[in-house]
Amino acid sequence: MSETVHIEATVNGSDRAFEVAANHTLLDVLRDQLGLTGTKECCVVGECGACTVVVDGIPMNSCLMLAVEIDGRDVTSVEGLAEDGHLNALQQAFLDVSAPQCGFCIPGQLMSAHALLQSNPDPTIDDVHEALGGNLCRCAGYLQITEAVMVAAKAGKQ
Amino acid sequence: MTSNGFVGASPNRVGGRDRVTGAQQYVADIHFVGELHAKLVKIDESRARIISIDTAKAEQVPGVRLILTPDDLPKPMPRFGPQYQDRPVLAAGMVNYHGEPVAAVAADTKEAAEEAAALVVVEYEVLPEVHTIDAALAPDAPLVQDPSLRAGEQLAHTNVKTEINYGWGDIAAVDGDADYVIEREYDFPMITHFAIEPHGFIAEPLDDGLNVWSTIQHPFQLQKTLAKLLDVPLSKMRVFAPDPGGGFGGKQHPKLEPLVCYMALKTGKPVRLIMSLEETFQAVRRPSTRVRVRMGLTNDGDMVFQDIETDYLIGAYVDIADRVAEKSSYLAAGPYRVPVVKIVGRTILSNTTPTTAFRGFGVPQITWARESTLDEAALELGIDRFEIRRRNLPEKGFEFVPGDTPADGDWRQTADKAADLIGWENPLPEGRGRGIAFGIKSGPTTGLSYSTVRLLADGSAIIFSGTSDMGQGARTVFAQIVAQEMGIPIENVNVIMGDTATVPYDQQTSASRSTVLMGTSVYRACKDIHAKVKAMAARVHEVDEADIEVDSGIVRLTGEELPITDVVTAGLGALGGEVIGNGEMRKDKIPGHPLAGNAAFFEFNCTAIEAEVDPETGEIQIVKHVTVGDVGTALNPQQVQGQDDGAAIMGLGHSLMEGLILDEQGRTRNLGAIDYRIPTSKDLPIELVSASIENHDGPGPYGVKGVSEGSLLCTAPAVGAAVRDATGLVIRDLPLTPQRVWEAMREQKT
Repeated sequence: MSETVHIEATVNGSDRAFEVAANHTLLDVLRDQLGLTGTKECCVVGECGACTVVVDGIPMNSCLMLAVEIDGRDVTSVEGLAEDGHLNALQQAFLDVSAPQCGFCIPGQLMSAHALLQSNPDPTIDDVHEALGGNLCRCAGYLQITEAVMVAAKAGKQ
Repeated sequence: MTSNGFVGASPNRVGGRDRVTGAQQYVADIHFVGELHAKLVKIDESRARIISIDTAKAEQVPGVRLILTPDDLPKPMPRFGPQYQDRPVLAAGMVNYHGEPVAAVAADTKEAAEEAAALVVVEYEVLPEVHTIDAALAPDAPLVQDPSLRAGEQLAHTNVKTEINYGWGDIAAVDGDADYVIEREYDFPMITHFAIEPHGFIAEPLDDGLNVWSTIQHPFQLQKTLAKLLDVPLSKMRVFAPDPGGGFGGKQHPKLEPLVCYMALKTGKPVRLIMSLEETFQAVRRPSTRVRVRMGLTNDGDMVFQDIETDYLIGAYVDIADRVAEKSSYLAAGPYRVPVVKIVGRTILSNTTPTTAFRGFGVPQITWARESTLDEAALELGIDRFEIRRRNLPEKGFEFVPGDTPADGDWRQTADKAADLIGWENPLPEGRGRGIAFGIKSGPTTGLSYSTVRLLADGSAIIFSGTSDMGQGARTVFAQIVAQEMGIPIENVNVIMGDTATVPYDQQTSASRSTVLMGTSVYRACKDIHAKVKAMAARVHEVDEADIEVDSGIVRLTGEELPITDVVTAGLGALGGEVIGNGEMRKDKIPGHPLAGNAAFFEFNCTAIEAEVDPETGEIQIVKHVTVGDVGTALNPQQVQGQDDGAAIMGLGHSLMEGLILDEQGRTRNLGAIDYRIPTSKDLPIELVSASIENHDGPGPYGVKGVSEGSLLCTAPAVGAAVRDATGLVIRDLPLTPQRVWEAMREQKT
């Protein structure tokens, strides 16, 4: 059996302490151990962005990060965006402009956008394209996704 | 019709909320107590004879419960497929394409399954393979399929699966009538679907029957396939099809579900096989093609004849490839008035990934060739490249394929709008080029869609439909129809899909059919409720049914208008209950028709591109991309735009960057996201304009036509034409990568 490691981390605002297998990625642990299946698995080589989560404010491909690396850190996944069951401005904007089609890439898109707006509340369209450039969408709803991020940024300014 | 505001509106997507919270459950998100994880065993060859499979070492891995080999399966090896029963559950003594599974492991954990799969020792003899059209057609080529699999087929002793012949008129008789004849050959590469959700399957054995979860687009086709293979009645073969995370055709037909079912039956436990992206690449692809176009024109640019021959390189098993070839070849001559047409298509088996449906269903391949050839002809004849197309468009109602569905739109409006939006007449900035192309695809030729709508006592409603919502937004448009017809808020409509034991039969989700065919079925279910409400109103208000009208949520009695929901509440009385409506939309087969039926509608699209080419790197920048489709009615304009933008960008993918690369042994070398590039937000046109023509003249509810494929039918020829216009380069193969363009520029200079 794989060696396990005790870690403590903040996950979606809650302080958690748990054992993780040393060889498990953050993606494995989120999906299979914590049941946070909103984070999606596709390429597992850090190219598609479906598994993006935000770690200490930085968007990360959770498939490329070992779970032990989150010890002492703050992790937000798509499940951590809504507050008290209410969509946040970004989620609401995605819904309003119909950015999700099949929806499979959307959690990753949202997390990259979330990290962008945290660090840059007033992005240009080019900033959005750059920040979300690692999030593939085969439905290719890129125009709507970009629009949603811009709408959310504008809402944040009001 | 009273407007309740739902036709032509864009309410929030039904299912949209779960898509932005992460609550949406896809197949891989579903788990069972005691489930086993499956992993496929493969060899790194495209054709080999299997000598032995040694599982001894793999069985030692803790947690391994089953290593399924062909010895564990019924003899002869069970086979299946949507057109031919040729695909084995596991490689049947032979590996016939790179990545074909030879065995499969089920274990308590993913890790154990992976470890054990790597320890299975397969002894094999590598055999000569074919992975190109020329190699497969060579007289001494090894046969991809044993002739015994093709009993009764005339071509069984060749690698040609099927030869198709269509057309009208006599080419020989008109050959001399053309002032100008052009002949060109264009190639189109193998493309993979790359839905962001890889394929996944779960099978749960029951005391009596099975439950199966799949990423499939056609749950009822899967149900039929499994019921037949496993000899289980349909009633006990229950398929759950959660909304797929993208389909694009790749998830239409069964693939590894039979294998997973056998594993579940053998172990008595739920077995899940969630494929990697690499394995998904090896499951299905778009056929590559070589198209030869010979076209005769008058000096004025009128088409005299078209003579089109297409070779489709298909995989080792046919899947739906023959149908792809038939349907795309049938309209090979395009949306034009052509007096004489000769069409030949050949599907050619090869030791490559099985080929299946892919958005556009073979049409993008042929359209690339036909439209590019037409462009070359226009340049040589000195005719404007837009005008040569426009002048050959049929009027609405003209049978451009004799005896078949006539042109179902005023296509010149679509063409003119595209030309207008790209500024076809405007002077071009230095270094830029423009191209324009027309594309047409037939909608479904047969179909059968049942639905049930339950109008509940509180005035809310539930729709039961077997369509799959894989992003096109089927749930939303069905909910719009019911909200419109019942006069209720769309928030009060629930849409149930994806469970063959709960929803009535639907043939399939493909060919941009759902709004037209299932939409009509749902509309008819609403009309069924209207009829029942009418009877109810007659009883409650003691008036003659003939004096009552029910429409769009309103019951009209003499001198009085009441909401349907009020009449239903009163009519149901103290016990409550509900009013149930059933709908059926049947598009029957037409005996003897080459496609089994005529087109329900056409997707007609015009794409115009303005582009510039970097003279140093060969990189193409799409400056402006215009796509215009004749949609009949945009029932949900936001979703129509989503489909059009998405298809247009997907079209840029195969135009500019995509293509599977095979090595000399026919092994795919760019499996996965690192080496196979699809468009990202950094690859978009500077400006993308998706527009629609709406004349409310489609066959679906409120005049809708299907929309989901139009915008990628003719992307490639429009891009190619813009590149040629900018640089003078004529490149007859895709994708137009910087390398290919740069090499062509270098050749041009010398």
